[in-house]
Amino acid sequence: MIKVSELTYSIAGTPILHDINVTLPAGRITALIGPNGAGKSTLLHLISQQIPFDRGRITMGGLDLAKTTAPARALKMAVVGQQLGVASRIRIRDLVGFGRWPYNHGRPTPKDQEKISEALSHFDLIGLQDRFLDEVSGGQRQRAFIAMASAQDTDWLLLDEPLNNLDLHHARCLMTQLREKVDREGKSVVIVLHDLNYAISWADHVVALDKGSIAFEGPLTEVATTDSLSALYRTPVVFGDLAGKPFVQYHR
Amino acid sequence: MPDKRLIWIAGALLAAMALFLIWGLQGKVWFILELRATKLAALVCVGLAIGTATVLFQTLSNNRILTPSIMGFDALFILLQTGLVFALGGFGYAQLSPLRSFALETIVMMGAAVFLFAAILHRTRQDVQLMILVGVVMGLMFRSITAFVQRLMDPSEFTMVQGAMFARFGAVDSGALVASVVLLAGIGLWLWRHHAILDVMALGRAQARGLGLAYDRLQFQMLCAIAALVSVSTALVGPLTFLGLLVASLAHSLMQSHRHQLLLPAAALIAALILVTGQIVFERILQLQSTLAVVIEFSGGLLFLILLARGRIR
Ligand SMILES: Nc1ncnc2c1ncn2[C@@H]1O[C@H](COP(=O)(O)OP(=O)(O)OP(=O)(O)O)[C@@H](O)[C@H]1O
Ligand SMILES: [Mg+2]
Repeated sequence: MIKVSELTYSIAGTPILHDINVTLPAGRITALIGPNGAGKSTLLHLISQQIPFDRGRITMGGLDLAKTTAPARALKMAVVGQQLGVASRIRIRDLVGFGRWPYNHGRPTPKDQEKISEALSHFDLIGLQDRFLDEVSGGQRQRAFIAMASAQDTDWLLLDEPLNNLDLHHARCLMTQLREKVDREGKSVVIVLHDLNYAISWADHVVALDKGSIAFEGPLTEVATTDSLSALYRTPVVFGDLAGKPFVQYHR
Repeated sequence: MPDKRLIWIAGALLAAMALFLIWGLQGKVWFILELRATKLAALVCVGLAIGTATVLFQTLSNNRILTPSIMGFDALFILLQTGLVFALGGFGYAQLSPLRSFALETIVMMGAAVFLFAAILHRTRQDVQLMILVGVVMGLMFRSITAFVQRLMDPSEFTMVQGAMFARFGAVDSGALVASVVLLAGIGLWLWRHHAILDVMALGRAQARGLGLAYDRLQFQMLCAIAALVSVSTALVGPLTFLGLLVASLAHSLMQSHRHQLLLPAAALIAALILVTGQIVFERILQLQSTLAVVIEFSGGLLFLILLARGRIR
């Protein structure tokens, strides 16, 4: 599990996150939700040690992440950020291949090739593998980055709004893949989501952030209620039931 | 087995170099050959340095339009050179051997470049427009401080630094040349061993760190290398603002790859090829001394404007 304790972070004196105490359970899909500017991306950056923080401690399985080295971390967690872009002219297969860098340092083995092909096929990129990254659509590019993180084959996968540019088919495929990684391979996933229907249909655990603090957190079935969600987004969120599955209505 | 395209460029470069040496050779053959060889070595060194420095800088800054020269690296070198002459006095500076003064300038240059550009890259990497602006402003600032310091100098000191202000392929200092070759060889070796790491760095800081690179340490090393390369080219011929942009673009469109194993040698060889052939065409055939720099600057500057206008700044 990833344990965040007493984490405080501010930019130029403005507090962005204050006194965060939260545990992200291993072997689960954890949905990180909250309004724009709540601090979700910041929290992911802090966990992945992209930015240093003022105060607090983040541990993974008891190991203080701030004391780990970058190569060691790359074997433990893969991160897909909210803003993706690469200046170099790179083909999709090569990009996904970089997911194996922590293992092979640029000398791919047959096993790496296998993992790369697997990731490509899981994210429906086989037909695009020889295309240049700057010559595919936004959603295709996003899938390429997710495939790269997936090829990294780490215990933890942190995804910041991965559904952003995906059509409904690919969004659903992605969630199915994540579910399988968790259920079959025992991986742990933390995913920032804005669409509550995805959150309640796929996540096991929810962490809700609001204005830099934890609004609520816990197992999905216990904490995600009409009241808690409506208060979080300051907008009416109504739970319903659609063909036997839970459903939330918030868009109108 | 090296890439075919690289072999072609290298072959063309060798042919151009041979032509440069033997074209119209008569009279005191050995004396002329020695002169030409020195000049040729300088041209090739400058080409290799500019091509390499540009690709490295574009990898660091995550875009394909900015170059060390556009960001004011060579203006910084000239400022440092001027500052050194001013501080030591014309007499003191002249007493330094060329090798010593080159070494001193390069070391100061590395320190200054790392100090300045690490901070700038850190703050502006996300924003290419801002980077261009910062680069232009810094270039202007360096140049005006240089001009100011030169006002304070006496005329003999001034003539000393004036030669450094404009690109010239004429007189080459052999002490600086030897130092340049050594520096280039060292940097080449380092790049040879680290080219795969550069491919990862080109993905950007966040991605590269996520894949386990000690990005900031590598960035420091690369800025040192870039500063040294710019010192080489500026000390040998003076500032050439747009050659780097030109050759990096050519290398990208020729190689169509993200791999530095291909991009670095392509850019370096193309730059050397342009300089050597350009020199043959302008100096020997058209008999136009010192037009080469103008033509390179013009076509490179045009390319820069076109890239900007097309919005292809990523
Ligand atoms: N560079 C910065 N300087 C100052 N404030 C910043 C900076 N980056 C982010 N912030 C602020 O930090 C807060 C948290 O930002 P963060 O990106 O973590 O939000 P988020 O929850 O991911 O939002 P979104 O849903 O829009 O992605 C916001 O209030 C934002 O305005
Ligand atoms: Mg965000």
